[in-house]
Amino acid sequence: MKVGVLALQGDVREHINSLIDCGVEAVAVRRAGEIKSVDALVLPGGESTTISQLSEVFGVYQLIKDRIASGMPVYGSCAGMILLAEEILDAKVGQKSFGGLEITVRRNAFGRQVDSFESDIEFADGSTGLMRAVFIRAPWVEKVSDSVQILASVDSHPVAVRSRTALATSFHPELSGDDRIHRYFIEQVARPALEKVK
Amino acid sequence: MAEVTGTGRVKRGMAEMLKGGVIMDVVNADQAKIAEDAGAVAVMALERVPADIRAQGGVARMSDPDMIEKIQAAVSIPVMAKARIGHFVEARVLESLGVDYIDESEVLTPADYENHIDKFDFTVPFVCGATNLGEALRRINEGAAMIRSKGEAGTGDVSNAMQHMRKIGGEIRRLSSLREDELYVAAKELQAPYDLVKEVAQTGKLPVVLFTAGGIATPADAALMMSMGADGVFIGSGIFKSGNPAQRAAACVKATTFWDDPKVIADASRGLGEAMVGINVADLPAPHRLAERGW
Repeated sequence: MKVGVLALQGDVREHINSLIDCGVEAVAVRRAGEIKSVDALVLPGGESTTISQLSEVFGVYQLIKDRIASGMPVYGSCAGMILLAEEILDAKVGQKSFGGLEITVRRNAFGRQVDSFESDIEFADGSTGLMRAVFIRAPWVEKVSDSVQILASVDSHPVAVRSRTALATSFHPELSGDDRIHRYFIEQVARPALEKVK
Repeated sequence: MAEVTGTGRVKRGMAEMLKGGVIMDVVNADQAKIAEDAGAVAVMALERVPADIRAQGGVARMSDPDMIEKIQAAVSIPVMAKARIGHFVEARVLESLGVDYIDESEVLTPADYENHIDKFDFTVPFVCGATNLGEALRRINEGAAMIRSKGEAGTGDVSNAMQHMRKIGGEIRRLSSLREDELYVAAKELQAPYDLVKEVAQTGKLPVVLFTAGGIATPADAALMMSMGADGVFIGSGIFKSGNPAQRAAACVKATTFWDDPKVIADASRGLGEAMVGINVADLPAPHRLAERGW
């Protein structure tokens, strides 16, 4: 499986390292040809307004949107979660997302940087044990449709959600050195989705 | 479930999210919106850009809280602000305003010519300037969660930023080539803590994100700094002292993302109008060189 990490802006290298640790081929992708060549895509942490704008400027916005809509497995952390949401609250005027997950997300919902935090959370991947999660100016999920399953919450706000082909977290597993989320994405989301296509 | 704020991971992680991006100096809400629309990953709120501080002289201090709050209200991207070197009360004030990062900056007039701020004592993260590896590691040892090259702010002359990036990179490469028993003397020579020196020698990079700053005025300047290994770019006077700020800001963002693609940089550089006029650093008398502040 070849997984691309969208490399317009953000913590691309950390995601690539986490994916490689999980034993898949991981590459940074920016251009249309590169994006077309991957089986699955990761949208990294970063500034969601910058990433969506650059995707338009460099003509890959529609391509990414279409590939996600047609079932390419995709995972987004933090800014990546915002980019996957069908609806964004507290967005910049005119801010676009790729969509793909039927959720409503509130940007910077946990507050400014002085409110950024780490916490041990439960993640519903079937394994036991808490997971250290790093939240940085993080969003949370305010509304989900029936197609979306909640995998983790903080103070009753969903912070990890999935559909059949898409996974999103408010927090940054790529920073904490815990590869459970990346492994979950590859084994529980991407692999089943890709096998179904075959 | 205990939620812990202000940890090293949260502070350094915030800087990781800015990588590959451009942080722009702005003096009011309108400029902040232009920067956000152009794709800036953050803005630095300050009353006077470095070029004006240089032209007007006098003591440069923290900005008016009213002005910072107006900028915070105007944009959704992170807002940074500058405190004077060693002025921990200015830093407390900025923290209470909820700024997302504090720049303990040589662009302002230092408040203390011996000590920097004890940055571990704050929840808000700090970025500090450095001209060489030893200086960078001393700042990290005091709690800085992000480093930027100093360059020579407010000049539009990129030569000092280039010199600092080469110096920091060169010293890191040298450390990687040393035997482990030579690192003790290396730490002494760098005037930096041994543990940090050893970490850099092993990993071949700084333990925090390294941006570049000081004198960047064109898309090609931004791309040059990215090619030198910068994780991202601060642009101060270069944008809003130019003929067409909105277009230049967007062009610098593009060139930072596609720093390795001369065609994209060429397109971004077309028809931008007047760049800031600039001052050659060599023509600046030594007492007016900001990069030499801090130690």
